[in-house]
Amino acid sequence: MDKPVDAALPPRPAGARTVEQRNRVVIRFAGDSGDGMQLTGDRFTSAAAAFGNDLATMPDFPAEIRAPHGTLAGVSSFQLHFADYDILTPGDRPDVLVAMNPAALRANLRDLPPGGALIVDTDEFTKRNLAKVGYADDPLAEGSLSAYTVHKVPMTSLTTAALESLGIGKKDAERSKNMFALGLLSWMYSRPTEGTERWLREKFAKRPEIAEANLVAFRTGHAYGETTESFAVTYEIAPAALPVGTYRQITGNTALAYGIVAAGQQSGLPVFLGSYPITPASDILHELSRLKRFGVTTFQAEDEIAGIGAALGAAYGGAIGVTTTSGPGLALKSEAIGLAVMTELPLLIVDVQRGGPSTGLPTKTEQSDLLQAMFGRNGEAPVPVVAPRSPADAFDAALDAVRIALAYRTPVLLLSDGAIANGSEPWRVPEDEELPDLGVQFATEPNGPDGSFLPYARDPETLARPWAVPGTKGLAHRIGGLEKADGTGNISYDSANHEFMVRVRQARIDGIAVPDLEVDDPAGDAEVLLLGWGSTYGPIGAAARRLRAAGHTVAQAHLRHLNPLPANTEAVLRSYRQVIVPEMNLGQLAFLLQGRYCIPLVSVTKVAGLPFGAEELFDRLTPLITAPQLQDTDQKEEVPA
Amino acid sequence: MTAIDLGLPVRGGLDLVPSEEDVQKAKDYASDQEVRWCPGCGDYAVLAAVRSFLPTLSIKRENTVFVSGIGCSSRFPYYLDTYGMHSIHGRAPAIATGLAVSRPDLSVFVVTGDGDALSIGGNHLIHALRRNVNMTILLFNNRIYGLTKGQYSPTSEVGKVTKSTPMGSLDHPFNPVSLALGAEATFVGRAMDSDRAGLTAVLEAAAKHRGASLVEIYQDCPIFNDGSFDVLRKPDESESRVITVTHGQPITFGTDGRWAVVRRGFGLAVAPIAEVDPADVVVHDATDHELAFALSRLSDQALDHAVFGVLRQVQRPTYDDLTREQVDQAVTKADVAGGPDLHGLLHGQDTWTIAGR
Repeated sequence: MDKPVDAALPPRPAGARTVEQRNRVVIRFAGDSGDGMQLTGDRFTSAAAAFGNDLATMPDFPAEIRAPHGTLAGVSSFQLHFADYDILTPGDRPDVLVAMNPAALRANLRDLPPGGALIVDTDEFTKRNLAKVGYADDPLAEGSLSAYTVHKVPMTSLTTAALESLGIGKKDAERSKNMFALGLLSWMYSRPTEGTERWLREKFAKRPEIAEANLVAFRTGHAYGETTESFAVTYEIAPAALPVGTYRQITGNTALAYGIVAAGQQSGLPVFLGSYPITPASDILHELSRLKRFGVTTFQAEDEIAGIGAALGAAYGGAIGVTTTSGPGLALKSEAIGLAVMTELPLLIVDVQRGGPSTGLPTKTEQSDLLQAMFGRNGEAPVPVVAPRSPADAFDAALDAVRIALAYRTPVLLLSDGAIANGSEPWRVPEDEELPDLGVQFATEPNGPDGSFLPYARDPETLARPWAVPGTKGLAHRIGGLEKADGTGNISYDSANHEFMVRVRQARIDGIAVPDLEVDDPAGDAEVLLLGWGSTYGPIGAAARRLRAAGHTVAQAHLRHLNPLPANTEAVLRSYRQVIVPEMNLGQLAFLLQGRYCIPLVSVTKVAGLPFGAEELFDRLTPLITAPQLQDTDQKEEVPA
Repeated sequence: MTAIDLGLPVRGGLDLVPSEEDVQKAKDYASDQEVRWCPGCGDYAVLAAVRSFLPTLSIKRENTVFVSGIGCSSRFPYYLDTYGMHSIHGRAPAIATGLAVSRPDLSVFVVTGDGDALSIGGNHLIHALRRNVNMTILLFNNRIYGLTKGQYSPTSEVGKVTKSTPMGSLDHPFNPVSLALGAEATFVGRAMDSDRAGLTAVLEAAAKHRGASLVEIYQDCPIFNDGSFDVLRKPDESESRVITVTHGQPITFGTDGRWAVVRRGFGLAVAPIAEVDPADVVVHDATDHELAFALSRLSDQALDHAVFGVLRQVQRPTYDDLTREQVDQAVTKADVAGGPDLHGLLHGQDTWTIAGR
C-alpha cells in the first residue's frame, strides 16, 4: 500500500543492450478503429495477467463502428497499466505510446510526458494521412518530437514483407501489423510469447492461413526488437505480490454476467434476462446469451420497456428477473421499476452508466445516473442501489444485488459504468465454498384466516411479502400497480392504508442489512476522509497514496451500498474534520449525503467522459485539504470518533 | 368451434398446462372482489363469458394467469380467481412474454383495450404477435378512452367529436385485425361482447391455439361511446352487415344467406347471392393469409360489414417453445458432460496462482 510513487522511466537508447527492472509501466496502443488496437491491448493484458503482474486497463474508442479511415474521429486506443505491486488505476499518462498512424499520434501525443517513448508506424505517415489530421509537415521529420524517445518503425511494410512468402492478400497482410506491434512490445517488456502464440492459433483455428500470418507478424515484431539497434534496453516487471489465491483477468461486464450466473446457481432459480442492446451494457447480454447451459434465458426485447417488462413477468413466475441497460434505457424503464416496487417482486436492474444527458457519450464513462437510480420514479418508490468499485468487484456486487432482491422482494439497481464495464484487472476467483447461499422459499401454504392467502402479509424481520408463484394451488392472487390493501393486496384507496403502505415500503428498503462502511486509514489519525462510490475507487486510492507520500494523513472510504447507506455512515462522516467526495458527475453523492445528514462536504467533480487520473486528483485534492483549526479541534472532542 | 386440424403433428396451446380432474364451474373463477364497471358496460358480458368458458378448458385454475395493462378492461384480472397482474399502460404483452417464456405450464391471457394495446402499447403488441409467444390476447375495442373520461382512441372514427377533439378527430383509425395480420399473427379472431356463443367459441379456439392469439372484442362504452356498435346489434341493421366465417364453409350471411362474399380484384366484395354464381362464393380458409386480410378490409370504420369468427389460424413454432428448446439443449449437453460447471466458468482458460509464503 505504501509503495513509493515511482515515475516509471521510459526506455532510453544506450550503447549497450541492458535489462532494467521497473515497478510499473503504462502502455497505450493507439490506431485507427480498424487497426485492431483493442485486440492488441487485450492480448498484451492477458500476457501480463498470466505473468502475474497486477494490472488495470482502459479502452477508449469512438461510438462510430468504423469512422472514416485515418481521421481523428476514428482513433481507438487501449491503455494498460501493469506492475509488480497492487495498482489501482489504468494509469494517468503512458510511458510508451504506440501510434499506428498520424491521427493516433495527434490524438494521443498530448498525454505522453516529455521523455516518454513513442513508437510509430512510419509507413502510415503519408502526405495524405498527415493532411487528414491537419499536419502541414511531417512531425517525424520536423523535430517537433525531440522531447520524446522516438522509434520510427515501418511496421506495415515490415509485416507485408515478412508475409510475402505466405501468399496471402495484401489487405490481410497489412491487417496483421497490430501483431507486429504486439511482438515488438512483448520483446521490450520481456513478456512470455507462448500464451500469445497459442491464443492466435485458437482464435483463428478455422482460418489457419490467417493464424499463420498473425504468428509470423508477431514473431517478426519480436525479432525486430531483438536485432535492431534502436531498442537498446528491455524491461522487466516482476510479478505482483497479490493476496494468495487463483487469479484470472476479467472485464467488468464479464464479471457482472458471471455474478448473475452464480446467483442463479446459488439460488437454484432460473435466470431470465430481458434486455435491449445499448452501449456499454450489451456485452452482458452477449455473455449471458452464451451461458444458457446454466439455465439462463436471454430475451432481446423490442425496446427497453419490454426488456424490463419481460424480466418482471419472469420474476412473477419465479425466475431471477434481470434487465441490463445504460442511462437512456434506465429512463425508459422507470415506470416498470415503479411497478416492481409496487408489486414487491425481486428484480435486478443493471445500469452501465455512460456520459449523459440524452444520448450523451455512449462509449465514455460517467457516474451521473446516481440520482436517477435513487429517485427517478414517480411517487415514493425506494429502490436499493449497489455499485461495484472495479471490474472484478462487479462479480460480488451482482451477487449482493441479487441477494437483496431475493431476500427483500424488491427491484435492485446496480450502477456500473463504462470504465468498469470495459476495463479489466486481475480477479481472485472465489473458491466454490466462498459463494453465498441464496436459496429462497416460495410460498406454498395459505397464511391467512380460514385458509386464505394474504399476498401482502409481511415477514416481521425483512418486511418482505411472500413470493407465491403461479401454479401454486390455493394461493391464486392478483397484484398490480394500484395501491394495495395491507395484507390482502386488494385495491385500496383508503388514505390511512396508503400512508401505511408508503411508509412500510420505505421501511423495508431502509431496513436492508448492508455491511458497515469501512475506512482505510493506515496512519490511524487522519482528519480528512476521501469518500467515493463506484469506479472512482481506484483513482481515489491512488491519489490517497500520493497524498500520504506527500505528508498528508488521509483516510479513504468507499460506498458499495448507496441505498440504504451503511448504518455507520453518519458516524464515519462526523468523525472527520473534512470529508472530500470526488465523483464523475456534478456532485450527486455529495448532494445526497448533505441532504441526509446535513454535514458539509467538499465536492470534487469531473465530467470529461474519462476517469480521474491519480495525479490529476492528487493535484486537485492537495489545495483543498485544510489545516486543522482551533474550533475544529474543540468540536472534534464532542463528536464520537 | 374447435381448433382447425391441419393434419400436422402440432401442440395445442394448453398441452403443457396441467389439467384439472375435478369439475369446475364459472363461480369457481369468480374472485371475492366487487366488480366495478359502469352499469351497462360491455365488460360485464365478456367477464361472464370468460368465467364460464374457462372451466371448459379443464386446466388447473392456479395455472391460469391474466395479465392486463391500464384502462377499464384492464381491471379484468381482479375479478377472476386465478393468478393475475394488473400492470402498467400498454406493457401487458411484454410482461406476459417473460412469464410465458419462463413458465410453459401456465395458460397466459392478456386483457387489453384499444388505447392500451394499439396506442401506448402498440410496439409490444406487434412484437408479441410476430414472435408468436403462446398467449391469448383479448383486445376490448370500444373505440374510446373510457377510464380517462372520453377522449378518442386509435380505433375511433375520423371526425369523432370527443373532449379532446371538439372539432372532430383527425386520426385515421387502426383496423386491429388488419394490424394483427400485418404483424404476422398466427391466430386472429373477432367477436361481439353480446354474442355469448360466438365470443365463447372464438375465445376457446384462441386459448387452445399454440402461439399468440389475438381476439378483438367489439364492446360498448355506455358512458362515453354509447351504441357505437348498434348497427351490428339491431337485427334490421346487422342483417346486411354481420358476416360470421367458419373454416371450410362458404361465406354467406343475412336471412337465409341472402348475401355472399365474392372475390373482386385483389380483394373481396359483398354481393346478393341471387346475383352470384354459387361457385364464386368464397369458401373460408383460415390458413389463407391473403383471404384473412381481405376479410379484415371488409370492416371499415363505418361498419358497413364486419367479419366475426376465426379469420386466421395457422401453426408456426412459438417463440417460447423455441427459447426453452435452446436452453434445454444447452443444459442437456452440459448435463451429459457432468453438469454445468460454474467453477470452470469462473476460472476460465488462463489462471495463475499466488501461493502463500
